[in-house]
Amino acid sequence: MKPYRKVAIVGAGITKFVHKAKETPKELSWAASKMALDSSGLKLKNIDAVVHGTAPDAFDGVHMKGEYLSEGSGGWNKPYLRCYVGGGTGVFAPLEAWYHIASGAFDTCLVVCEEKMSSCQPHPQSAFINIFDNFLERPLGPNLLWIFSLEMHRYMATYGLKLEDIAKVSVKNKKNAMAHPSAQVSGEITVQDVMNSEVLAWPVHRLMVSPTTDGAAAVILASEERAKQLTDKPVWIDGVGWSLDSAYWTNRDLSFPRYVEKAARMAYDMAGIKEPKKEIHIAEPYDPFAYKELHHLEGLLLSDKGKAPEDLALGRFDRATGNLPVCPSGGLLGVGNPIAAAGMMKVCELFWQLRGEAGARQVRGKPRKAVAQAWGDLMQVGTVIVCGVN
Amino acid sequence: MRKVAIIGIGATKAKAKTPSVSYKELTYEAAKLAYKDAHIGHQEIDSFVTLAEDFNEGTAIFDEYTPDQLGAVLKPMQTICHDGLVGIANAYMQIASGLFDIVVVESHSKISNIKNKASLEHYALDPNWVAPLNMPAQTLAALEANCYAQSLSVNGQLKEALRSVVTKNKSNAKKNPYAAYPQTVTSKEYEKSPSRFTPLKDIEIAHHADGACVVVLASEDRIQKSNGSSPVWILGAGWSTETSEIGSKDWTRATYAKNAATMAYKMAQISDPKKEIDFCEIDDTYAFKELQHLEALGACQPGEAWKLTLDEVTQPNGKHPVNVSGGSLGMGELLEAKGLYQVLEIVSQLRGQAGKRQLAHARRGLAFAWRGVPTTSGACLILGAN
Amino acid sequence: MNALSKDQTMSESTTLETTATNKLVGTNLRSRDFRTGGVFFEVAKPKLEYAWDTGKAIGKFLTELKKGKIVGTYCAQCKRTLVPPRMFCELCFKDIDKWVPLKDTGVIQTFSVCFITWDMKRVKNPQIPAVITIDTVHPPEAGSLDKTTPGGWRGGGFMHLVKVKDWKSLKIGDRVKAVWKPKAQRKGAITDIKYFEVIK
Repeated sequence: MKPYRKVAIVGAGITKFVHKAKETPKELSWAASKMALDSSGLKLKNIDAVVHGTAPDAFDGVHMKGEYLSEGSGGWNKPYLRCYVGGGTGVFAPLEAWYHIASGAFDTCLVVCEEKMSSCQPHPQSAFINIFDNFLERPLGPNLLWIFSLEMHRYMATYGLKLEDIAKVSVKNKKNAMAHPSAQVSGEITVQDVMNSEVLAWPVHRLMVSPTTDGAAAVILASEERAKQLTDKPVWIDGVGWSLDSAYWTNRDLSFPRYVEKAARMAYDMAGIKEPKKEIHIAEPYDPFAYKELHHLEGLLLSDKGKAPEDLALGRFDRATGNLPVCPSGGLLGVGNPIAAAGMMKVCELFWQLRGEAGARQVRGKPRKAVAQAWGDLMQVGTVIVCGVN
Repeated sequence: MRKVAIIGIGATKAKAKTPSVSYKELTYEAAKLAYKDAHIGHQEIDSFVTLAEDFNEGTAIFDEYTPDQLGAVLKPMQTICHDGLVGIANAYMQIASGLFDIVVVESHSKISNIKNKASLEHYALDPNWVAPLNMPAQTLAALEANCYAQSLSVNGQLKEALRSVVTKNKSNAKKNPYAAYPQTVTSKEYEKSPSRFTPLKDIEIAHHADGACVVVLASEDRIQKSNGSSPVWILGAGWSTETSEIGSKDWTRATYAKNAATMAYKMAQISDPKKEIDFCEIDDTYAFKELQHLEALGACQPGEAWKLTLDEVTQPNGKHPVNVSGGSLGMGELLEAKGLYQVLEIVSQLRGQAGKRQLAHARRGLAFAWRGVPTTSGACLILGAN
Repeated sequence: MNALSKDQTMSESTTLETTATNKLVGTNLRSRDFRTGGVFFEVAKPKLEYAWDTGKAIGKFLTELKKGKIVGTYCAQCKRTLVPPRMFCELCFKDIDKWVPLKDTGVIQTFSVCFITWDMKRVKNPQIPAVITIDTVHPPEAGSLDKTTPGGWRGGGFMHLVKVKDWKSLKIGDRVKAVWKPKAQRKGAITDIKYFEVIK
């Protein structure tokens, strides 16, 4: 498939990721959008359309939250829309904006993702109780953690994985995040620290879980012609993919995220990537829980099924020395997890990495192709973006 | 840009309540009808777009429950929080980009399942500046109705025009098998209708209804390969949001409608909508909105829509029929599905399948939907027979 | 629109690094800031109540639960038993062919042991959620650990709670049976099954 027009990322912006932000949701959106605009050299009047991505309205506590956030996102008298695929939104929003431009309808697009989870009381986690089936699951008093622990257990049991191997993801990402200016929960921890942290929902330990976070991130997309006018280092969107599986628990084996595979294949095909393990230089898979990074790497075809923990243990994913650095940003485990904005943070990371602007997080060797992926809903949406520089 | 058309559409009859079916079953019915109309199997569909809001459903991350009833399992599927017309615009962009050939758009209303709608509407208000005033959200529409009335040069005729809109739309609905609130409105009934939020009378406010509508779109080359119903072409699409800050929005002229229409006209290369659009389906959530939107869309000068109405230009047998379907006043307020039900009417007309409602000159139709209080968001779609 | 205006010069890179850490927007508040009046905030408790129509499929499922029975639907095309039941097969996109009775026994496909409530409070007695495939009465067979087709387990199943004396003894693949509420207490809800317990 040959898309109508090439589209590039020409700017990026981000806020600090914090536990309880003083800034309002609009102010968070504004800060990220403004930084993205400034970095691209464009003004708001040069932006043709705005895409906003944000996840459950229950967090910020406003029905039709997308409308509420519009002017904080530059959507003032502009074609503005909010897209929403749960946690997958952060990578999906740029895909949405991609076809705004690839179709020829617009030349420039501001894409911003925001989440203010701290508004939700008594705890942001409580908003998730309503993602379960209203008839057959909510009466059981479920908990967001169940979704992850059920899947993690199945993944471990299927491949005989050890908790210690999974714990290494937390160690790597929190350490990587120390070089990220936005990071909320970075630090040097050990595998033993992770294993000693309290068991929330076995087999999930506390240090395997990303925090609840307030934050926003944004990118500017432009058509090929405009991108070349704006910068000599456009980051091209080479591939887009997304896939939503059925919510029924028994419709798939939880040990493998086939919806991530479908999305990845769609994106790789479009990008002309035939051997992702060889051709992808950086990966930012979605890591809300430690095991998810590994689970998703397998879905992204960057590790064989059941082999991601082994690849991790062998150092393949190390930022400084690995041949496929994974989550050089520090991921959700290190930087934070403002649901929709988390995925966008990863897209911003690809932007900076591919332009050699990632500072102390920079992957060496002039990386040229990278993939970011997000996941969400009741654990069954996969959204994938492949970016590249010439 | 690649040409895109609607090749199939299916909907359930709008009803005040739909107790015998879940939202999944309701949507499945509409999807079956749409795919049959389009002569396609579900496996042929490349991508799906749902229009929904969590709190309308009572489920957080409602997106996760959308694929099954459309046959979309493991396909590209997404939710957009906007009116159905924006879903169609997105399907258009997805196809025009070259990424897909066939895209399905779905939206439904199960608003009968919400026990306290006023509470839901209130929850959309700015939590710091507006919600604490504890006024019902629809007060914003009433305030705007006042501003609109005051902006007109001849106030007295407005009331007659509003009655004409209500009477026309509810009467039009009698010929629409999909409509939930067909009614012959007598003068007495209109006068007696209680004031809900002054100056808005109950009969001037669209009442909620349940329903589901599914639309199938395809690229030009894909259409040539099939032998389905006559395609209805997307000529123009536009959408716009002013602001959520009520202190900064336009209280008189529906700027969002003007901007959305401008974008759509530009894409459709329409310079004189009065001449080039034959009929339209225009948001009439509140009766005054039909007038305000007509002006904003360029059907007449600002402040003149009441004349258009009283001169019967917008009647079904008039020069420029508006809301032949019955509009929201006649069909029911269908949440994000509203625009799709407008499109249902336009497609029926353009295909010559509108039965008793069939207009003689139906070659280009326009749909315009507004997202309701407290928003300033609207979307416009222009469809043509060729 | 095409020519560069004076606003659109070639950008100098403004990277995350050149925007120093202290210039990034984001101020972290502490709980005490709220208690001591350090920040202004508005509290709202939205009253949102829903009465969802169960529709045909779930309506019948719950009616049968009240009778102490689990039922599903069957798609003859992909030969799957659908539980929870639906009126259409989501893979074949067609109406289902018939209703089928199911047993109230099944297999644990995965489980967790949860020590935290939905609002992050620690509890002494953990809940054990599990995904359980339900045994069919007639072929095709319900899930066993290895049967994963593109449509998942042929037999279908749902999430529920398991009760066991020692959770450390629980294993994926264990067979379980529903423990029902007494007839008088059942009201047509998933909680008519109190929990599942392990059987030999």
